Amino acid sequence: MVLFSAQDVIKDYAAHRALDRVSISVEEGQVHGLLGPNGAGKTTLIRIINQITAPDQGELFFEGRPMRASDIHQIGYLPEERGLYKKMKVGEQALYFAQLKGLSKRDALKSLKVWFEKFEIQAWWNKKVEELSKGMQQKVQFIITVVHKPKLLIFDEPFSGFDPINTNLLKQEILNLRKEGATIIFSTHNMASVEEICDHISLINKSKKIVDGPIHELKEHYKNHVFEIQYKGETYDFTRLLEADFRIIEHRQAERNNVLKVQHLNGKSNNELLQKLMQQIEIISFQEIIPSMNEVFIKVVEQANQK
Amino acid sequence: MNKAILVLKREYLTRVKKKSFIVTTLLMPVLMAAIFIIPTYLGMSDDKKERTIAVYDESSLFLDQLKGNEYTKLVFVPREEYEQIKKKQKETAYYALLYIPANILVSNRAQLFSEKQVTFDVSNLLENRIEDIIERDKRNKVIEETGVPDLEKKLAATSTDIKLSTLKIEAEGKAKESSSVLVGVMGYIMGFLIYMFMFMYGMMVMRGVMEEKSSRVVEVIISSVKPVQLMFGKIIGIALVGLTQIALWILLGFIIVTGLGMFLGVDAGQMQQAQNLMNPDMMGNAAQLATSGSANKYQEMMEMAGTLPVFTILFSFVFYFLGGYLLYSSLLAAVGSAVDSEEDSQQLVFPVILPLILSIMLLFPIAKNPEGPLAFWTSMIPFTSPIIMLARIPYGIPWWELALSMFLLVITIIGAIWMAAKIYRTGILMYGKKVNMKEIIKWLRYRN
Repeated sequence: MVLFSAQDVIKDYAAHRALDRVSISVEEGQVHGLLGPNGAGKTTLIRIINQITAPDQGELFFEGRPMRASDIHQIGYLPEERGLYKKMKVGEQALYFAQLKGLSKRDALKSLKVWFEKFEIQAWWNKKVEELSKGMQQKVQFIITVVHKPKLLIFDEPFSGFDPINTNLLKQEILNLRKEGATIIFSTHNMASVEEICDHISLINKSKKIVDGPIHELKEHYKNHVFEIQYKGETYDFTRLLEADFRIIEHRQAERNNVLKVQHLNGKSNNELLQKLMQQIEIISFQEIIPSMNEVFIKVVEQANQK
Repeated sequence: MNKAILVLKREYLTRVKKKSFIVTTLLMPVLMAAIFIIPTYLGMSDDKKERTIAVYDESSLFLDQLKGNEYTKLVFVPREEYEQIKKKQKETAYYALLYIPANILVSNRAQLFSEKQVTFDVSNLLENRIEDIIERDKRNKVIEETGVPDLEKKLAATSTDIKLSTLKIEAEGKAKESSSVLVGVMGYIMGFLIYMFMFMYGMMVMRGVMEEKSSRVVEVIISSVKPVQLMFGKIIGIALVGLTQIALWILLGFIIVTGLGMFLGVDAGQMQQAQNLMNPDMMGNAAQLATSGSANKYQEMMEMAGTLPVFTILFSFVFYFLGGYLLYSSLLAAVGSAVDSEEDSQQLVFPVILPLILSIMLLFPIAKNPEGPLAFWTSMIPFTSPIIMLARIPYGIPWWELALSMFLLVITIIGAIWMAAKIYRTGILMYGKKVNMKEIIKWLRYRN
């Protein structure tokens, strides 16, 4: 079931069109990556979803019907820059935000306690926010975002300012939330985390959505048909064998074996290549190189910019 | 719970719990009390020191006539001793050395020598005593020469002390005693209080808005709270902080005045009388009143204060106090929402608070002529009326002027709040844009 969708959203700022007919659709239980270079319009879209600004055209749907102002209570938003009162104590602040999101004081205290224990930050309850490091503040902000158990979570660059240990902790918590059935829109530049966390991505470039789909499909779609083969024995000269339809990218000797990287130019069948090689060498491993999200991202954006 | 109440509660509690708030609230009355009481206390304790002063009287006019008082003793010395003391006064027990020259009646001059600076009390005492003696001698001589019988008594009878009572004619034709000084001081104090409150707490509202904007808190909560709720929660929460502070100051001031009064041993009977005066049933106790001069003065003050339009003053004070604050704090909230940093705020804050500064500067000229056209117009214009009108009210104001001024203020507040809410809604979520007046006027035209 589609939890949230935006259709043909347009947003203009003076002479600049920030979003140009952008549509996204987020399934329930999905972690939806929102990718794009700086200034592409991701934050504008997030602000529209959060009802911070209204779109000039286009429609938003929540749980299948047009989105209402009250639906905002079902959304938890973690902004890219910290949104905390610096002079206020951590505990009081978390309680205040939780109550603003509609929790009663008792429920708020109860679930805040659970979260503070989970992150092992009970000792910060009476500290002022300004006494905390950036990463520590981000933890508090994260708790504030999720404490009222919203149906839709929006994370804008959640890992910025975190050390690897805390990045991992936060990643685990996001994965836990996904396991528990939360729906997440996840905006980031960190492609490694996209691959680990997201099911589906939308890529926005220059105000337009240029790619949308499940991660594995995208990788499949943008793969280059590159294979890496390891074989035993003498180094073999492939120049004649792989003359047509193939391009040798790399051929070197590793510790005990030889490594060959080759691209299949017409990309018909993997077995065709395998058959050719089997006759000549003793293959140890044969594997197609699937591009990383990083490579897909760069490729897609470059292609779009060339058009 | 209502979101606006939640916002209001936070604005109030975080400020009231702040160390700086607690410190200024507690310290201010103590400081004020210290300014008034310490000099009095020091003055009282200082005078008890016993001093002896050597006097060399070359004119021989003062022997046996010039006397000191309880703490200042005078000892007449001959010429030789005078010379000696003058050389090494430090080694002697004398505090100072008074030299009265032979020609004092002509020169009107005497000299007081001392190693240390002589206190004002001592020099004042000596001066007065010498003056008195010379005056008396001169007068006696004149009386003797003219030979009019009982001239001294007749002259004494000419001594007069006039007190000017200012009376205000009421509508019913009755005249009541009033005090122009009291009226002026009262107007000034009230005007100044309102100015302080609007300025301090208006700026507090602005800084609060800017804090929320620059820390991006607003992005997190704007989804749960409407911008207008957020703005009003802040404005009213901070107003309550101000009222709390003023209430505490009054309470603490009362405690300190009472407590220190007892500590310094201000005549307990006098205090009792002052209290009796507050109680109208005891007013008739004339015998008790007559015993103390200061009690009479107090009664005079109370009677004069009674002629002021007390109810009108109280009502208008509360009205203009809150009205002025609402007007300026909503405008300053709008300014705070429009700018990104403290530096950017300066150029927009100045035009907003200019009328405030102007009204404080106008207080003195208006006190001189509270009926003039300047006073009239500035107490109609809503940006200056909270201060100016309040300063004029103790002088007595036609009711229609007051009503018109209040009406104009209310209309302007509604307009200002409407405008501020529009600017706030757009400005609070706008980043990285240099905002000027033209831009803000554009925001006012936005439908959303």
